[in-house]
Amino acid sequence: MSRHTFLESTLQGFARALAKALQSEHGATQPGLLQQLDPRVRVIGIFALVISMILCRRIEAIAAIFVIAVALAVASRVSLGSLAKRVWLVVLGFSGVIALPALFLTPGEPLFTAPGLHLSISAQGLRTAELLILRAETAATLTTVLVLSTAWTHILKALRSLHIPAEIVTMLAMTHRYVFLLIETANQMFESRQSRTVGILSGSEQRNMTARTAGVLLSKSIELSHELYLAMLSRGFRGEVRLLTDFHLRPRDYVGLTGFFFTGCFAAWMGR
Amino acid sequence: MPSTFEVQDISFSYDAIPAIRGLTLRIEEGDRIALLGANGSGKSTLLRILDALYFPSTGSVTFKGDALTQEHLQDDQFSLNFRRRVALVFQNPDVQLFNPTVFDEVAYGPLQMGWSKEDVIRRVEETIEFMTISPLRDRPPYRLSGGEKKRVALASVLVLDPEVLLLDEPTATLDPKSQSQVIDLIQQWKGTAKTVITATHQLEIVEDIADRVLVLEAGRVIAEGTPTEILSNADLLLRANLIHAHRHSHGGAVHSHPHSHGYSHHEHEH
Repeated sequence: MSRHTFLESTLQGFARALAKALQSEHGATQPGLLQQLDPRVRVIGIFALVISMILCRRIEAIAAIFVIAVALAVASRVSLGSLAKRVWLVVLGFSGVIALPALFLTPGEPLFTAPGLHLSISAQGLRTAELLILRAETAATLTTVLVLSTAWTHILKALRSLHIPAEIVTMLAMTHRYVFLLIETANQMFESRQSRTVGILSGSEQRNMTARTAGVLLSKSIELSHELYLAMLSRGFRGEVRLLTDFHLRPRDYVGLTGFFFTGCFAAWMGR
Repeated sequence: MPSTFEVQDISFSYDAIPAIRGLTLRIEEGDRIALLGANGSGKSTLLRILDALYFPSTGSVTFKGDALTQEHLQDDQFSLNFRRRVALVFQNPDVQLFNPTVFDEVAYGPLQMGWSKEDVIRRVEETIEFMTISPLRDRPPYRLSGGEKKRVALASVLVLDPEVLLLDEPTATLDPKSQSQVIDLIQQWKGTAKTVITATHQLEIVEDIADRVLVLEAGRVIAEGTPTEILSNADLLLRANLIHAHRHSHGGAVHSHPHSHGYSHHEHEH
C-alpha cells in the first residue's frame, strides 16, 4: 500500500459501507423466493433452520443446511459474490482463529505430525474445527440471507409480533437507524483531516491518526445516538414498530412455514 | 384558560454544568416567540424541556395546565396526545431523519400516533405536496442536500399539524432561498392559533418570525420585548454576544461600532 492510500482507502471504505447498507435495502424489493413470504415466516423459518443446525452433531447434516442456505440466497437474488466477501471470508477468519488451537489440542488419533515440532493434528481435532467453522458459516449465511432479503423495518415488526421485548427491538431499530449517521460522520471527519493534511504522512502516522479519529468518533457516537433517540421520542416513538405495511398470512406463507419446519426437523433428526 | 406553557423557576444541568438557571416563562396560544442567545446560552435545552425530552431538576413546567413530568409522560395516552400537539424540529436534521425514504420519514409520526393507514397516506401526500418535496419522496433522507433535509425534517413534524412548533435554529446553514422558504412558512402561521417558538442567533430573521423576543444568557432570560425593542438595544445585544465590536478604518481613522453579520446596516460620515 502506498503512503497516500491508507487515508484514501479508509474514506473509500466508508463509501463502500454506505453503498452496502443501501444495497441491503434494495435487495428487499427484489422479486425473490424469500421476498414472496410474509416477514414473520421468514424470521421464524430462518430461526428454525439455525436451531436445527445447532442441534446437529453430524457434519453432513450441517453441510446440507449450509447448501439450503446458499440455495435460498440464490433463489432470493442475493449475490453469492457479496456473500463470499461479506460473510464467508470474514467468518472463516474469525472462527478459524478460534478453531486453530482445537486442531492441535484435541486429543485423538494423529493424522499429521509437523516434523521436528512434536505437534500433531488429530482426527478429532480436525472434526471439531470443521464443525465449529461450518456451524459459524451456516448461521452467518442464514441470517445474512434474511437481512439482505427483508427490509429491516419488516424484520423489527416481525420480531415484535413474535413477542420479542420492545426494549430489544428498540435497540435493534436504533442500531440500524444510527449506522448511516455514523458512517457519514466518520466520512466527514476523515475528509476534514485529509483537507488539513499537508505533505506525505508515514504509514504509522496515518494509522495513529486513524486510531485517534476512531476514539473521537466513539465519543461523538454516544452523543449522536442520544440525539437520535430524543428525535424518535419527540415524534411519538414508544417502543413499538409501526409501519404502513400490514402483515397477512397467505396460503404460500403456510406452505413456506411448513417447508422450513419439516426441513429443520429432518436435518435435526438426520444430524442427531 | 391555562397558558400553553407555564415555566416556573426551572433549572437544568448537564452533569455539573448548569444550562438553565431559575428560568420563569409564560407562553400563550398563538404566540410567535424568538429565543435569542449566543451558543451555549440554553436555547436548545429550553426547547427540549418544553418538548418534555428533558425534565428540569428544580421548578415546574406545565402544558395547557398539565404538568410535564417524567411520570406523566409514561402514560401512553397523555404522551401521544402531547407529542401530537407539540413538535420539535432539531437543529441537526441528520438526527431527525432515520427512515429509508422521505415518504416513510414523513409517515413516521402519524404511524406512531396509531392513525389509520388511509389517514396516514392522505396526510403524508398533502404534507409532501405542501412542502414541495414531491420529487424527493422515494429518496433516502440521508442522501439529500442540507436545505432538502431541513424541509423534510419540517415536513416530518408538520404532518401531525401540531399546535406548538419548537424550531431549533431552523435557518442555520441554509442557503438564502431555503432560508426564505422557512421564514415564509413561519409567517403563514401569523394570526393563527399556532404557537411558534424559534431558537436562533440570526438577528436578521427575528422581525419576520416573532412578535416577542426573549434574550437568553447563561441559562437565564435577561431581556424580553418586541423585536424592535430588542434589536434596537445595541448594549443588550453586545452583552448577549449577539453582535460584536467591529473595528475598521476609514481613510486612516480607526474606529469601532456594534456589528452583526447580516443584520445591521450603517453609514458613516468622516
